[in-house]
Amino acid sequence: MQTVQNHTAAGSAGVNAAVNIEDIMQQVAEHKGCGTSGGSGKASCGSGAGENDLPPEIWEKVKNHPCYSEEAHHHYARMHVAVAPACNIQCNYCNRKYDCANESRPGVVSEKLTPEQAAKKVLAVASTIPQMTVLGIAGPGDPLANPEKTFKTFELIAKTAPDIKLCVSTNGLALPDHVERLSQYNIDHVTITINMIDPEVGAKIYPWIYYNKKRYTGVEAAKILTDRQLQGLEMLTERGILSKINSVMIPGINDQHLVEVNKAVKSRGAFLHNIMPLISAPEHGTVFGLTGQRGPTAQELKALQDQCEGEMNMMRHCRQCRADAVGLLGEDRSAEFTTDKIMEMEVNYDLDARKAYQEAVEKERQAVVAAKQEELQTLAGAHSDIKMLIAVATKGGGKVNEHFGHATEFQIYELSTSGAKFVGHRRVDLYCQGGYGEEDTLGTVIRAINDCHAVFVAKIGGCPKNDLKTAGIDPVDQYAGQFIEQSAIAYFREYLEKVAAGEIEHVVKGDAEIRQGALIAA
Amino acid sequence: MAYMIVEENCTGCCACEPECPNQAISEASNGLFVIDPAKCTECIGHYDEPQCVAVCPIDLTCIIDDNYPRYEAA
Ligand code: SF4
Ligand code: SF4
Ligand code: SF4
Repeated sequence: MQTVQNHTAAGSAGVNAAVNIEDIMQQVAEHKGCGTSGGSGKASCGSGAGENDLPPEIWEKVKNHPCYSEEAHHHYARMHVAVAPACNIQCNYCNRKYDCANESRPGVVSEKLTPEQAAKKVLAVASTIPQMTVLGIAGPGDPLANPEKTFKTFELIAKTAPDIKLCVSTNGLALPDHVERLSQYNIDHVTITINMIDPEVGAKIYPWIYYNKKRYTGVEAAKILTDRQLQGLEMLTERGILSKINSVMIPGINDQHLVEVNKAVKSRGAFLHNIMPLISAPEHGTVFGLTGQRGPTAQELKALQDQCEGEMNMMRHCRQCRADAVGLLGEDRSAEFTTDKIMEMEVNYDLDARKAYQEAVEKERQAVVAAKQEELQTLAGAHSDIKMLIAVATKGGGKVNEHFGHATEFQIYELSTSGAKFVGHRRVDLYCQGGYGEEDTLGTVIRAINDCHAVFVAKIGGCPKNDLKTAGIDPVDQYAGQFIEQSAIAYFREYLEKVAAGEIEHVVKGDAEIRQGALIAA
Repeated sequence: MAYMIVEENCTGCCACEPECPNQAISEASNGLFVIDPAKCTECIGHYDEPQCVAVCPIDLTCIIDDNYPRYEAA
């Protein structure tokens, strides 16, 4: 478990900004001491955080935010609209023909909308899907490089759908110029992509920036960018706007450096740090794609996230969603909301119906938390150094409720005597789609979850079952329909008992592959 | 002379549009961008470099169009 002392000390040592940041930072530092105030004994808050782990103001802001809380991701949906495709910097992992790789996936194209079309789309989606609680303006491009369109969209939505939370993602170069305006529009989350604080590292990631009507290159460009990013972050913190930092992990270029980045952003009040794997394929035509720069493996990514976790909350559930995807976990409904269809839709925005839905969800979420707490009691007093990963097939609701063959992603939990902790996702291709005779699909599933000891599913066929066993992954279907964390803890308790009784021997599993293909597919 | 946009290279990212001091750049029906030679002043008198050239992520996309006489600042 983390200690409050640690965080507080690290927090104040790193603070060199204005005095009024201190208070906010203090608050942020305190909430990092998860489990101490709420007494829940959880090892981390961040993505798995519950009400007791965060100060109420921050919890209120993030609890229904699917991009901030894995658990909220089960119940709430977010959508992004692309209204401002211009960009003022060049990243080596980006090709402007496609989405902004900072916030979504390269290699996919989002529909470009006018602010009016975007506002209508948001209303149409929110009226059809009561779970839709968050609107983000992200790539392609940098929303703050084209501020008029971005702010116009926010203005239209704030007027017609006041219960929708607004957020914006930016590369940070223009951020200091717009913080004031962001605070006026009541935008409570900003995501800044920060990949370096050392301009030498930055020069390898950014060939140029466009600033003050001039193009800068190399180290000089990276220096301006990092100064502006950190300044923007400090300004957000001073105004009490939550900021999340995205970083793209690029092996050999910024992987170790991201630990420094993590410290720098934490000391300036960032609320969450999301380290994402580089996605790069030659066919995207990005510089990194063409030079053969590889992305990290699952183990490298997790090791870095673990290393940073002592410093601050790590976000582990980012799916690098396609920017204009609409919907809940694993279910993209954007085809229902194309521009043509929206423009014809009669929109009836029913605030009360949305509220009623959200209240029902809150009840269900409390049940999940209660079930987990109960099961955690049974682990009390158990001590073991054993840690293991499990993969879970789920459609949402915090339950083990997906057929192995229907899963397009698995949620990964790390089990230890302090409980079950969500650590990430693995996307896979559909195993059981059948028809295209792709013999090796099961092989790719296994490679994607190869570091897991078990896979929890609602149902599984005999054939994949045997292959999984051969690969040393235990197929578990006995918890079908039950709560994930509760089931995982029960499984882990039995596992420990068997190890103690000498029935099984605990082996450490190997590394797994991050499935680039599955990340890129629309 | 005025600047022009090479259609094959343009990605339609629209970065150039808001930067032009003369509103000479607009979106064409194909989603790509075009420069109105009658409005383009090569940024003379506004900036040291043509802004469309400076911000365009693709090299050799905003280039000089020799079909027009050299712009002379008033
Ligand atoms: S900030 Fe986004 S759109 Fe701009 S170059 Fe980087 S990845 Fe591409
Ligand atoms: S050169 Fe300057 S004036 Fe001409 S189109 Fe480009 S930005 Fe506009
Ligand atoms: S900046 Fe370049 S690529 Fe982007 S729209 Fe203008 S000409 Fe096209």
